[in-house]
Amino acid sequence: MQHPSYRGSYKPFVSPRDPCPPITVKYFVLPPQIFTNFQQPGLPQFSPEEALIHGSLWPQFVDGFFREEGIS
Amino acid sequence: MWVYEKKLLYPVEVTTCNPMLARYIMEQYGGADGELAAALRYMNQRYTVPDKVIGLLTDISTEEFSHLEMLATMIYKLTKDASPEQLEKAGLGAHFVNHGHSLFYENAGGVPFTATYIQSKGDPIADLYEDIAAEEKARATYQWLIDISDDPGINDSLRFLRERENIHSLRFREAVEMLKDERDRKKVF
Repeated sequence: MQHPSYRGSYKPFVSPRDPCPPITVKYFVLPPQIFTNFQQPGLPQFSPEEALIHGSLWPQFVDGFFREEGIS
Repeated sequence: MWVYEKKLLYPVEVTTCNPMLARYIMEQYGGADGELAAALRYMNQRYTVPDKVIGLLTDISTEEFSHLEMLATMIYKLTKDASPEQLEKAGLGAHFVNHGHSLFYENAGGVPFTATYIQSKGDPIADLYEDIAAEEKARATYQWLIDISDDPGINDSLRFLRERENIHSLRFREAVEMLKDERDRKKVF
Protein backbone atom coordinates (compact mmCIF):
# COMPACT_ATOMS: atom_id res chain seq x y z
CA MET A 1 0.00 0.00 0.00
CA GLN A 2 1.32 3.44 -0.92
CA HIS A 3 2.50 4.53 2.49
CA PRO A 4 1.84 8.18 3.25
CA SER A 5 -1.24 8.39 1.04
CA TYR A 6 -3.77 8.54 3.87
CA ARG A 7 -1.66 10.23 6.49
CA GLY A 8 -1.26 13.75 7.75
CA SER A 9 1.49 15.26 9.81
CA TYR A 10 2.21 18.26 11.95
CA LYS A 11 5.02 19.71 14.01
CA PRO A 12 3.94 19.92 17.62
CA PHE A 13 5.25 22.67 19.83
CA VAL A 14 8.57 21.68 21.33
CA SER A 15 9.76 23.36 24.49
CA PRO A 16 13.43 23.55 25.43
CA ARG A 17 12.22 22.36 28.83
CA ASP A 18 10.52 19.18 27.59
CA PRO A 19 11.48 16.41 30.01
CA CYS A 20 11.62 13.67 27.37
CA PRO A 21 13.41 13.78 24.01
CA PRO A 22 10.78 15.54 21.86
CA ILE A 23 9.06 13.99 18.87
CA THR A 24 9.33 16.76 16.33
CA VAL A 25 6.87 15.44 13.76
CA LYS A 26 3.63 13.70 14.64
CA TYR A 27 1.73 11.62 12.11
CA PHE A 28 -1.97 10.89 12.14
CA VAL A 29 -4.36 8.82 10.05
CA LEU A 30 -6.71 10.41 7.54
CA PRO A 31 -8.78 7.33 6.74
CA PRO A 32 -9.78 7.02 3.07
CA GLN A 33 -13.54 7.08 3.63
CA ILE A 34 -13.50 10.69 4.85
CA PHE A 35 -12.52 11.80 1.34
CA THR A 36 -15.65 10.25 -0.18
CA ASN A 37 -19.05 11.73 0.56
CA PHE A 38 -21.00 9.28 -1.56
CA GLN A 39 -19.41 6.31 -3.24
CA GLN A 40 -19.39 6.44 -7.03
CA PRO A 41 -20.48 3.34 -8.95
CA GLY A 42 -17.96 1.42 -10.98
CA LEU A 43 -14.89 1.87 -8.79
CA PRO A 44 -11.96 -0.46 -9.43
CA GLN A 45 -12.31 -3.67 -7.45
CA PHE A 46 -10.04 -6.21 -5.82
CA SER A 47 -10.34 -9.83 -6.77
CA PRO A 48 -12.62 -11.67 -4.31
CA GLU A 49 -9.57 -13.25 -2.67
CA GLU A 50 -7.81 -9.91 -2.20
CA ALA A 51 -11.03 -8.31 -0.98
CA LEU A 52 -11.28 -10.93 1.77
CA ILE A 53 -7.77 -10.11 2.90
CA HIS A 54 -8.19 -6.33 2.81
CA GLY A 55 -11.72 -6.15 4.22
CA SER A 56 -12.97 -4.04 1.33
CA LEU A 57 -13.91 -4.77 -2.25
CA TRP A 58 -12.52 -1.41 -3.34
CA PRO A 59 -8.84 -0.48 -3.10
CA GLN A 60 -9.89 3.17 -2.73
CA PHE A 61 -11.02 2.48 0.83
CA VAL A 62 -7.97 0.55 1.99
CA ASP A 63 -5.13 2.46 3.56
CA GLY A 64 -3.07 -0.42 4.89
CA PHE A 65 -2.29 0.68 8.43
CA PHE A 66 0.71 -1.13 9.88
CA ARG A 67 2.45 -0.74 13.18
CA GLU A 68 5.85 0.14 11.75
CA GLU A 69 4.44 3.49 10.68
CA GLY A 70 4.80 4.59 14.27
CA ILE A 71 1.48 6.40 14.58
CA SER A 72 0.54 6.58 18.23
CA MET B 1 -5.60 30.58 32.36
CA TRP B 2 -9.00 32.16 32.12
CA VAL B 3 -10.36 35.62 32.62
CA TYR B 4 -13.81 35.61 34.13
CA GLU B 5 -16.39 38.21 33.23
CA LYS B 6 -19.12 38.48 35.79
CA LYS B 7 -21.99 38.34 33.35
CA LEU B 8 -23.79 35.74 31.30
CA LEU B 9 -22.95 35.05 27.67
CA TYR B 10 -26.59 35.71 26.79
CA PRO B 11 -29.37 36.95 29.08
CA VAL B 12 -31.45 34.40 30.94
CA GLU B 13 -34.98 35.48 31.72
CA VAL B 14 -37.39 33.25 33.55
CA THR B 15 -41.02 34.30 33.37
CA THR B 16 -42.86 31.52 35.21
CA CYS B 17 -42.25 29.38 38.28
CA ASN B 18 -41.76 25.96 36.71
CA PRO B 19 -39.55 23.44 38.58
CA MET B 20 -40.55 20.73 36.10
CA LEU B 21 -38.82 22.70 33.34
CA ALA B 22 -35.72 22.92 35.53
CA ARG B 23 -35.65 19.16 35.68
CA TYR B 24 -35.83 18.89 31.89
CA ILE B 25 -33.09 21.49 31.41
CA MET B 26 -30.84 19.36 33.62
CA GLU B 27 -30.51 17.05 30.61
CA GLN B 28 -28.33 19.73 29.02
CA TYR B 29 -26.61 20.50 32.33
CA GLY B 30 -25.35 17.10 33.42
CA GLY B 31 -26.58 14.77 30.67
CA ALA B 32 -24.60 12.73 28.16
CA ASP B 33 -24.96 15.32 25.40
CA GLY B 34 -24.93 18.30 27.72
CA GLU B 35 -22.68 21.30 28.08
CA LEU B 36 -20.56 19.83 30.88
CA ALA B 37 -19.77 16.76 28.79
CA ALA B 38 -18.96 19.00 25.83
CA ALA B 39 -16.71 21.37 27.77
CA LEU B 40 -14.78 18.58 29.46
CA ARG B 41 -14.49 16.58 26.24
CA TYR B 42 -12.96 19.39 24.20
CA MET B 43 -10.75 20.73 26.99
CA ASN B 44 -9.21 17.28 27.34
CA GLN B 45 -8.94 16.33 23.66
CA ARG B 46 -7.21 19.62 22.89
CA TYR B 47 -3.84 18.39 24.12
CA THR B 48 -3.44 15.63 21.53
CA VAL B 49 -4.93 17.13 18.39
CA PRO B 50 -2.76 18.69 15.66
CA ASP B 51 -1.52 22.18 16.57
CA LYS B 52 -3.77 23.83 13.97
CA VAL B 53 -6.96 22.88 15.82
CA ILE B 54 -5.87 23.12 19.47
CA GLY B 55 -7.10 26.70 19.70
CA LEU B 56 -10.49 25.78 18.26
CA LEU B 57 -11.09 23.10 20.87
CA THR B 58 -9.94 25.37 23.68
CA ASP B 59 -12.18 28.21 22.50
CA ILE B 60 -15.27 26.05 22.04
CA SER B 61 -14.69 24.33 25.37
CA THR B 62 -14.50 27.73 27.04
CA GLU B 63 -17.74 28.78 25.38
CA GLU B 64 -19.41 25.55 26.54
CA PHE B 65 -18.56 26.50 30.11
CA SER B 66 -20.33 29.82 29.57
CA HIS B 67 -23.33 27.86 28.28
CA LEU B 68 -23.19 25.72 31.40
CA GLU B 69 -23.35 28.90 33.43
CA MET B 70 -26.50 29.98 31.58
CA LEU B 71 -28.15 26.61 32.19
CA ALA B 72 -27.19 26.73 35.86
CA THR B 73 -28.83 30.16 36.07
CA MET B 74 -32.02 28.82 34.48
CA ILE B 75 -32.19 25.80 36.78
CA TYR B 76 -31.42 27.89 39.83
CA LYS B 77 -34.06 30.50 39.02
CA LEU B 78 -36.67 27.88 38.25
CA THR B 79 -36.17 26.01 41.54
CA LYS B 80 -34.82 28.42 44.16
CA ASP B 81 -38.17 29.34 45.69
CA ALA B 82 -39.97 26.06 45.15
CA SER B 83 -41.27 24.23 48.22
CA PRO B 84 -40.31 20.59 48.77
CA GLU B 85 -43.87 19.71 47.74
CA GLN B 86 -43.54 21.63 44.48
CA LEU B 87 -40.21 19.98 43.78
CA GLU B 88 -41.70 16.57 44.48
CA LYS B 89 -44.58 17.29 42.11
CA ALA B 90 -42.03 18.28 39.46
CA GLY B 91 -40.27 14.95 39.84
CA LEU B 92 -37.41 16.48 41.82
CA GLY B 93 -38.26 14.84 45.15
CA ALA B 94 -35.27 12.52 45.00
CA HIS B 95 -33.07 15.42 43.92
CA PHE B 96 -34.26 17.50 46.90
CA VAL B 97 -33.59 14.68 49.36
CA ASN B 98 -30.03 14.29 48.06
CA HIS B 99 -29.11 17.85 47.15
CA GLY B 100 -31.61 20.22 48.73
CA HIS B 101 -32.02 23.33 46.63
CA SER B 102 -28.52 23.03 45.22
CA LEU B 103 -27.77 22.13 41.64
CA PHE B 104 -26.11 18.92 40.67
CA TYR B 105 -24.65 17.43 37.50
CA GLU B 106 -27.30 14.91 36.58
CA ASN B 107 -29.60 14.39 33.65
CA ALA B 108 -33.37 14.84 33.47
CA GLY B 109 -33.82 11.32 34.78
CA GLY B 110 -31.61 11.97 37.81
CA VAL B 111 -28.65 9.92 36.59
CA PRO B 112 -25.45 11.57 37.83
CA PHE B 113 -22.82 12.74 35.36
CA THR B 114 -20.11 10.26 34.47
CA ALA B 115 -16.88 10.56 32.49
CA THR B 116 -18.06 7.57 30.45
CA TYR B 117 -20.20 10.07 28.52
CA ILE B 118 -17.07 11.40 26.86
CA GLN B 119 -14.09 9.99 25.05
CA SER B 120 -10.63 10.98 23.97
CA LYS B 121 -9.25 8.61 21.40
CA GLY B 122 -5.96 10.26 20.54
CA ASP B 123 -6.86 10.02 16.85
CA PRO B 124 -7.72 13.46 15.46
CA ILE B 125 -10.40 12.26 13.05
CA ALA B 126 -12.07 10.00 15.62
CA ASP B 127 -12.08 12.82 18.18
CA LEU B 128 -13.38 15.51 15.82
CA TYR B 129 -16.14 13.26 14.48
CA GLU B 130 -17.21 12.58 18.07
CA ASP B 131 -17.27 16.33 18.63
CA ILE B 132 -19.42 16.92 15.54
CA ALA B 133 -21.85 14.20 16.68
CA ALA B 134 -21.95 15.72 20.16
CA GLU B 135 -22.91 19.13 18.77
CA GLU B 136 -25.72 17.67 16.67
CA LYS B 137 -27.04 15.70 19.65
CA ALA B 138 -26.95 18.82 21.79
CA ARG B 139 -28.79 20.71 19.05
CA ALA B 140 -31.49 18.04 19.00
CA THR B 141 -31.78 18.13 22.79
CA TYR B 142 -32.31 21.89 22.67
CA GLN B 143 -35.02 21.37 20.06
CA TRP B 144 -36.93 18.99 22.32
CA LEU B 145 -36.43 21.33 25.27
CA ILE B 146 -37.88 24.23 23.26
CA ASP B 147 -40.76 21.97 22.20
CA ILE B 148 -41.59 21.03 25.79
CA SER B 149 -41.12 24.50 27.30
CA ASP B 150 -43.80 27.21 27.19
CA ASP B 151 -41.64 29.84 28.90
CA PRO B 152 -40.84 32.52 26.28
CA GLY B 153 -37.85 33.83 28.26
CA ILE B 154 -36.27 30.41 28.64
CA ASN B 155 -37.04 29.54 25.03
CA ASP B 156 -35.22 32.64 23.83
CA SER B 157 -32.07 31.57 25.67
CA LEU B 158 -32.46 27.96 24.49
CA ARG B 159 -32.83 29.16 20.91
CA PHE B 160 -29.55 31.07 21.26
CA LEU B 161 -27.81 28.01 22.71
CA ARG B 162 -29.17 25.78 19.95
CA GLU B 163 -27.79 28.08 17.29
CA ARG B 164 -24.36 28.00 18.94
CA GLU B 165 -24.35 24.20 18.57
CA ASN B 166 -24.86 24.62 14.82
CA ILE B 167 -21.89 26.94 14.58
CA HIS B 168 -19.68 24.67 16.68
CA SER B 169 -20.58 21.72 14.47
CA LEU B 170 -19.56 23.75 11.42
CA ARG B 171 -16.25 24.77 13.02
CA PHE B 172 -15.43 21.16 13.88
CA ARG B 173 -16.24 20.09 10.33
CA GLU B 174 -13.96 22.86 9.06
CA ALA B 175 -11.27 21.49 11.37
CA VAL B 176 -11.65 18.09 9.71
CA GLU B 177 -11.26 19.76 6.31
CA MET B 178 -8.12 21.55 7.51
CA LEU B 179 -6.64 18.22 8.57
CA LYS B 180 -7.66 16.61 5.28
CA ASP B 181 -5.64 19.33 3.55
CA GLU B 182 -2.59 18.02 5.38
CA ARG B 183 -2.83 14.80 3.39
CA ASP B 184 0.48 14.01 1.73
CA ARG B 185 1.51 17.62 1.87
CA LYS B 186 5.16 17.90 1.04
CA LYS B 187 6.74 19.55 4.01
CA VAL B 188 10.29 20.35 4.92
CA PHE B 189 10.94 19.39 8.51
